Formats: sequence, structure tokens, C-alpha cells
Amino acid sequence: MKRELHTDAPGGWSPPGERASGPAGLPWLLPARYGGGPATLGDHLARHGPLPRCAKDPRHRDALITEVARSGLTGRGGASFPTARKLIAVASGPRRPIVIANGTEGEPASAKDKVLLAREPHLVLDGAVLAAEMVGAGHAVLVVHHAVREIVDDAAAERRRTRLDRIGLRVMTAADRFVAGEASAVVRWVERGDPRPTRTPPRLSERGLGGRPTLVQNVETLAHLALIARHGAAWFRSAGTPDEPGSMLVTLIGAVRRPGVYEIGIGTGVDHVLGLAGGPASPLVALLLGGYFGTWVHWPAAAALPLSAAGLASLEAGPGAGLVAALPADACGLAETARVARYLADQSAGQCGPCVFGLDAVAGQLEALARGRGGDLGRLRHSLSLADGRGACRHPDGAVRMVRSALTVFGGEIDRHAAGWCRGTGEVGVLPVPPRAPR
Amino acid sequence: MTDRARLRVDPIACDGRGLCAEILPELIALDDWGFPVICGGDVPEGLLKEAQEAIRLCPKLALRLETTAG
Repeated sequence: MKRELHTDAPGGWSPPGERASGPAGLPWLLPARYGGGPATLGDHLARHGPLPRCAKDPRHRDALITEVARSGLTGRGGASFPTARKLIAVASGPRRPIVIANGTEGEPASAKDKVLLAREPHLVLDGAVLAAEMVGAGHAVLVVHHAVREIVDDAAAERRRTRLDRIGLRVMTAADRFVAGEASAVVRWVERGDPRPTRTPPRLSERGLGGRPTLVQNVETLAHLALIARHGAAWFRSAGTPDEPGSMLVTLIGAVRRPGVYEIGIGTGVDHVLGLAGGPASPLVALLLGGYFGTWVHWPAAAALPLSAAGLASLEAGPGAGLVAALPADACGLAETARVARYLADQSAGQCGPCVFGLDAVAGQLEALARGRGGDLGRLRHSLSLADGRGACRHPDGAVRMVRSALTVFGGEIDRHAAGWCRGTGEVGVLPVPPRAPR
Repeated sequence: MTDRARLRVDPIACDGRGLCAEILPELIALDDWGFPVICGGDVPEGLLKEAQEAIRLCPKLALRLETTAG
């Protein structure tokens, strides 16, 4: 169904146009300084101003969706899907849609969604309410990591007390496992308390929660949406690159002086990004970019590149969900990768045979190669090819991608491990994985 | 213009019973753990009957034919 678009909307939301002004320098989403608790509704409104509304008039909705399309905003949960296209798909459905704000952040190395929700819960709630208004939904469900549940509850209660929104807000604690953040798993979790992905089709935008068209959007994406509605597409495009506009949150961990969550314009140089965290704390050998489904890259090779999909394409890497993990030169990349591969194998939802058996085999072979005994690179590559692309969701594909990149970056160390050499003299466990549950 | 048909496995439903590979070894191999790997692309006309038999006999109803025009 093609929607007619109106841009001359009187009252309600109207496009701010090219003259639009908003905060000039970053950070936009995060507060400039750390300290203190979460922003109250009063703090939030004083900083960002009131949220423009678009529920009453379909022309306002269409104009705002057009503005989001012009902004070039893409999903910040890792897949970078254009937000406006998702909004249009859900709004065009046959039944009344529902919105799910995804703050699951099941990846143990990533903290950006938790930090955003802990510092600026109202910016995310603004985005969830606005997205619901834009697609014609009456309710939004916020699925958030247990660490920030109370903060989001308090913020939602504050809005209900002041009767701020016409949209019903429900807050839920996310399931605490890696695959629980996958969009179909979030829907199944809200619906049935089962955090495992389902097969597609149907697409969630056609038939999701309770059979309704469902918009599942990462919480950072929703926060950007709330600011685009206030300041416009031209303002949003003042950061980032023409093809990948705006800012993004990054989680910096590993051998940097001040690990934490930072906000960057997309396309900022990788060395500059590390500089935000005080730079390398010791000599580095490699970076893991994007997340546990991301890509290992050699450190000096990546330093000069922009942190963007286009900038990292030459290394077959991308910004993903914004993780930048710095591996120091005295840590073993093979051992780190084996630990993460074992974690990802354990985190399989257990539904698809090739994922269950394939990732277990991959982790076992990597462990053997890292130990320097009994490993077989040919067997590992064979297992990787059997796991790749053969699950209902992208869990096996993401794990395979990360392990293959490790073989590119650390492959030269495999023979030396067999001869008894390992660079790992320092800290073990640069990449965090939770303790293994007894099986 | 004839319809093109491809075999698809629902990986959640599939239990690795392996019947499909017995009926249609030309197009279905089994991996190290007994789960089907679909080889090649479109199902050739001459194997359509066997493909439909494999679909009918799958105890988990995990196999289907996806047809696209062209």
C-alpha cells in the first residue's frame, strides 16, 4: 500500500526544514558529563524541550516518517536496517500495530543500551511513544536488561503520573541470554516467555506479537528518533557521513585507559575513537569490531580507517552494534576467540541441529588449536562451513563470521601454538563471557 | 516460462531423521550430524516426483518446495 505523503502539516508535527537548529557538538544522546543518577522528566524536558506529537493527524505522521527517511537513520542494534522503511512496513499492515523497544542487550561485552537507559531513559521512552504514534499503535512494550529495569519503571511511572503520553507503556525485563535480543526472540519472549528465535516468514512487520504488525526497534535507534523529531533531518546529518549519517554509541573495552560507552559521529577514525577512552593502555595487536558477531582486525591496519560500514569494508568489518574491543599484545587472540566461540555455542537456542552441533564442534576445535594439541585447521574450516547459514536465525552465521576473521588475523599463530609458543603472557579473558552454567 | 522449485528445510522443525536423503540422494546430502544439506539449486523436472515424496514422508514436516515463477 502506498501512503500519500503530506508535508504542509499545520499544527502538530511539521518538518523543521533546513534552518533547523539543535545541539551542535556531540554527545547528543548521552549527557556531556557523567555523575548523578538518571535524568528525571524535568531534567530531560529542560535539556531537549517537549516531544513533538503526531498521533492526531495522519498527515503529521506521514511528514515525520518522510523526515526520518531524509535523516537516513538506520537501526543501531547491529543490522543497520533503514528505520523509515521499517516504520512504513509496519504502518501499512492490515491490523493495529504494536511497538517493542528492544533494550535486551544480551551481548556481555556491550553496555551502550544499558548506559543509555540508565542515563537518559526518557529519550528512549520519547522514541518509543513517537514510533507508536507514527505507526498508529496504541501500546509500546519496553524490553530492557534487568540491570536497568527499575530506572525504566520509574521513568514510565513519572510519565503516567503527569499524563504525558496517550500511548500505553509496559516495561518488561529481558531474558538474560545472548540470542534473546534477536527480534523474533524478543516477540516470542513478550508473548510466551520463551526467548528463542522463530522461523521467518512471516516477517514481524506483517505478523508479530499477537498476530499484529510489530515494530521491534533497538532503544538507541528510538532515542535518535526522538531527537530527529525535535531538530530535523538536516541537523541529524550534521554528524556522520553522507551515506551513514548521525551519531552512534560505542562500547570500548579491553586495553584502553578508560573503558566505557562513548558517542561518536559515524565515520570517526578508529584511532580517534580509541582516543576518547584515553587511547591504548598497552601495545595492541588486534581489535574486535562490531560485537561477538563482528570481525577481528589487525590493530595498526585498522587505526587510520573510519568507523563506518564503508570505511571498514576493506577489512570485511563494520560498526555492528558499536563494540570496539582492544586486544593487548600480551593476550592470545586464539584463546580469546575460543572462549567467545564456546560461549556462543552454549548460547545457541538449541533449536537447529547445525547450530547446536556445528558451533560446539567449532568451539572444540578452536580450543584444541589454542592449546596447541589435537587441533586441525581443516576440520575447523569444515565445521564452519556446515554451521554457516543453516539456522533459523543468524546466530550460527554471526559466530562463523567472527571465528573466520580470527583465522585471518591470528591464523599465523596456529603453527606456533603447536610448537609450544603463545603470545598470551598477560591477562586472560579480555573479552567478557559469563561463567558457564552447569549443563 | 516454467516455475522453478527449490527445496527448503525448516531448521527448527528438522530433527535429522535423514529420510529425505534416502529418497532423494541426488539433491540431499547429510552433514556430519545427520542434518540435511540441500545440494544444487532448482529441482530438475525429472526429480520433482521424488522431491514431493521426500516432503510427504518427512516425519517432522520440515521439508517443503518453494516455487518461484520464472
